[in-house]
Amino acid sequence: MLAASPYNQVRTYNQDLDGNVEATISVARLRKRFGATTALDGMSFTVRPGHVTGFVGPNGAGKSTTMRVILGLDSPDDGTALVCGRPYASLPEPMRLLGSLLDAAALQPSRSARNHLLWLAHSQGLPASRVDAVLEEAGLQDVARRKAGGFSLGMRQRLGLAAAMLGDPQALMLDEPFNGLDPEGIAWMRGFLRSLAGQGRAVLVSSHLMSELQDTADHLVVVGRGRVVADSCVAYRLAAASGDRVMLRTVRPAEAAAALARAGGSVAGADGDGDGGALIVTGLAAGDVVGALSRDGVPFSEVSGHRATLEQAYLELTRDQVDYRAQTAGEVPA
Amino acid sequence: MTARTAVRRSGPAAAAGLVAVLRAEWTKFRSVRGWVIGMIVAAILTVLVGVFASGNASIGCGSRPNGPQLTGKACLPYIPIGPGGEAVSDSFYFVRQPLAGNGSVTVRVTGLSGRYSDGNSQASAAGQGPAMTPGLVPWAKAGIIIKASTRQGSAYAAMMVTGSHGVRMQDNYTGDIAGLPGAVSAASPRWLRLTRSGDTVSGYDSADGRHWALVGTATLAGLPVTVQGGLFATSPQYLKIQPFFGGASIQSGASQATGIFDDVSLHGGWPAGRWAGLAIGGGNRADYPAQGGGYRQAGGQITVTGSGDIAPAVTGPGGGFPSSTIEQSLAGIFAGLIAVVVVAAMFVTTEYRRGLIRLTLAATPRRGRVLAAKAIVAGAVAFVAGLAASVLCVTLGVPRQRAEGLYILPVSGLTEARVFLGTAAMVGLAAVLAVALGSILRRSAAAVTAAVVVVVLPFLLAVAVLPDGIANWVLRLTPAAGFAIEQSIPHYSQVSTVYSAAGGQYPLPPWAGFGVLCAWTAAALGLAFVLLRRRDA
Repeated sequence: MLAASPYNQVRTYNQDLDGNVEATISVARLRKRFGATTALDGMSFTVRPGHVTGFVGPNGAGKSTTMRVILGLDSPDDGTALVCGRPYASLPEPMRLLGSLLDAAALQPSRSARNHLLWLAHSQGLPASRVDAVLEEAGLQDVARRKAGGFSLGMRQRLGLAAAMLGDPQALMLDEPFNGLDPEGIAWMRGFLRSLAGQGRAVLVSSHLMSELQDTADHLVVVGRGRVVADSCVAYRLAAASGDRVMLRTVRPAEAAAALARAGGSVAGADGDGDGGALIVTGLAAGDVVGALSRDGVPFSEVSGHRATLEQAYLELTRDQVDYRAQTAGEVPA
Repeated sequence: MTARTAVRRSGPAAAAGLVAVLRAEWTKFRSVRGWVIGMIVAAILTVLVGVFASGNASIGCGSRPNGPQLTGKACLPYIPIGPGGEAVSDSFYFVRQPLAGNGSVTVRVTGLSGRYSDGNSQASAAGQGPAMTPGLVPWAKAGIIIKASTRQGSAYAAMMVTGSHGVRMQDNYTGDIAGLPGAVSAASPRWLRLTRSGDTVSGYDSADGRHWALVGTATLAGLPVTVQGGLFATSPQYLKIQPFFGGASIQSGASQATGIFDDVSLHGGWPAGRWAGLAIGGGNRADYPAQGGGYRQAGGQITVTGSGDIAPAVTGPGGGFPSSTIEQSLAGIFAGLIAVVVVAAMFVTTEYRRGLIRLTLAATPRRGRVLAAKAIVAGAVAFVAGLAASVLCVTLGVPRQRAEGLYILPVSGLTEARVFLGTAAMVGLAAVLAVALGSILRRSAAAVTAAVVVVVLPFLLAVAVLPDGIANWVLRLTPAAGFAIEQSIPHYSQVSTVYSAAGGQYPLPPWAGFGVLCAWTAAALGLAFVLLRRRDA
């Protein structure tokens, strides 16, 4: 995968005026309206070095708009977006600090992949050797001189990623990079993002599918309707969503419920409760459930800790936004 | 909306930044084959339309008795070259004597009359030429002249009365200064005086012979000690132009003028000598059939009659012989411009169509720099295409025109350079204008249409469709005014011919017209800059 290159003089940007290594990307109280549509409604979050930050939310939640604001492409009605403590637009060669991929289809179709990267390299004062390096790292060296218009979406994503990596930036911002990738490509992308974070870079990855970010993001920023719904570490998010729910199978649900209530838990009937007598216990860990049932001599056939998936946690968090989404189809206008 | 804040850099850092963006935009341009081909097509189109679209006609001019039909170059008369290198007319009747050293000549003019053929009248009688109507053409001339020699094209300065432009002082064919207004007659005579001092000749006029006014001073470099001085009369051809929609009907015919002088006196070092008559040029001009000329001296009065003109050569019906200019070969520039503005506008608008503009502006958040780099790249490429096209057009076109029998009016190297480089710069500016329109409108179809409508369409309408009055306003006010930079022969108000855009004569001087195009381009760039900074990408 992409290895650290000698173009790391930009590392100094990582420190703020006090010399602290702090948030690489920080957005605060962003507000933006497009006509009658509120795209951003007080969006605030930070992206830290060494982490993959998942930026998730349903289509139209304001993810792309936020990214455009961070890049200085859209100006917010209110709020600030800083990259290493400075507005992106004030950076002299910004792609050496923050590499970005907003839209893999943003290509001149008749221009070759190599020339696409070459003009970008020139704009950042980077040598052509850097172009060849990222082409090879993205696995595009064999198609470098082919017209980018003939590329599949997956190849375009790789080309976009190569463009983002051109300046060997310490921060990356990728909008829906999993779109159009085959399973092999998704696995490659996940490994790539992990390795970037492992090199100490800050990575912000947006997706409207939580499952894509499972096992990849250390930290999640869940957004809906232009604001942050939840902002926490993935592990914590999982625990919060799953709580200490335990699934229990027993032929004597009433006795079991009484025993668990005495131990401090609460019991509800599980979905699809037909033949097995499955119960969902909250407020007790699995070990405590087994202990309480054994103490009272209640027989059970199965006790298992119930781990919610990221997807479930996400759906729970964004239920409001999904309702909203059902009424307004399509992405917020660009 | 909060203002975008950008830390301004200046000096070497800013220059380095612009160079980086320029390299980026140049790489973008050269890496899209269609754009490179488009610019080459623009040059080829210019050459094809300009040089080869015109027919390979040969101009005929009748035949000499017992000789074959004359065509092409054989029809051209001898065309003198003036002291400034320009082709000139130098035909008149000269009543002269040699005058050595410094001195002055003074005369009273009491009448100017003439006659002309309107080109329609039947010959009055066999062998006597066309019937002549009494009357003066506007630039009929009679007066006093000091001339380096009797050779056609030699340096001179003259004071004269004219058919309808009052008293004038003219020198070296292109100089023309107005003196007393009004027509001359026995009741309202004019006194004229020329004073020579070294290379300097000063002209004076007076309505009463007592109160004199300096009209002008001419410097005739290298004027010999002994000059030819005296009285002259000449009269350019009669010309009647009736404009109609999309063109003009022209009637022309020969003319003749007669000036009546008395009180001829020489002063200073010039003793009174004998006057001798001489037809300068005379009948060898194809357009001025020998009207005869001569003088009569009776008592104190000298009457001089002549035909021809002392003036710069021009194109068109007033030129007197089939002539053309180098820029006539550049008639295809408008076609090349269409291709140029299409490519230049697309250079910007395709980025909007593909969303690529976001990557461009993410790479260079200093948006003005992106616009400047795009304008410079498109403008420079178009300049090179325009330069190659104009040099090719003239190199290929002028020999073809000469072969047809046209005389190409000579111009100085400086003027030629201005025509080539100016035309190239006009093409470059049109590309910059198209870049600005592309940035403002963001859509290919709209931007290309707008660019063609503001740059090319006004020119085509002005030269092909609109009546001259409206055409001239179009060529003063629209970006098409820039075409004036092509004009190699200036507008000479002292020569009557058809001055129209269709004939390659623009209402504004070359640099003024170019300035109008510059102003339009600057305004469009300014608007594009403001909008690019203000709008979301």
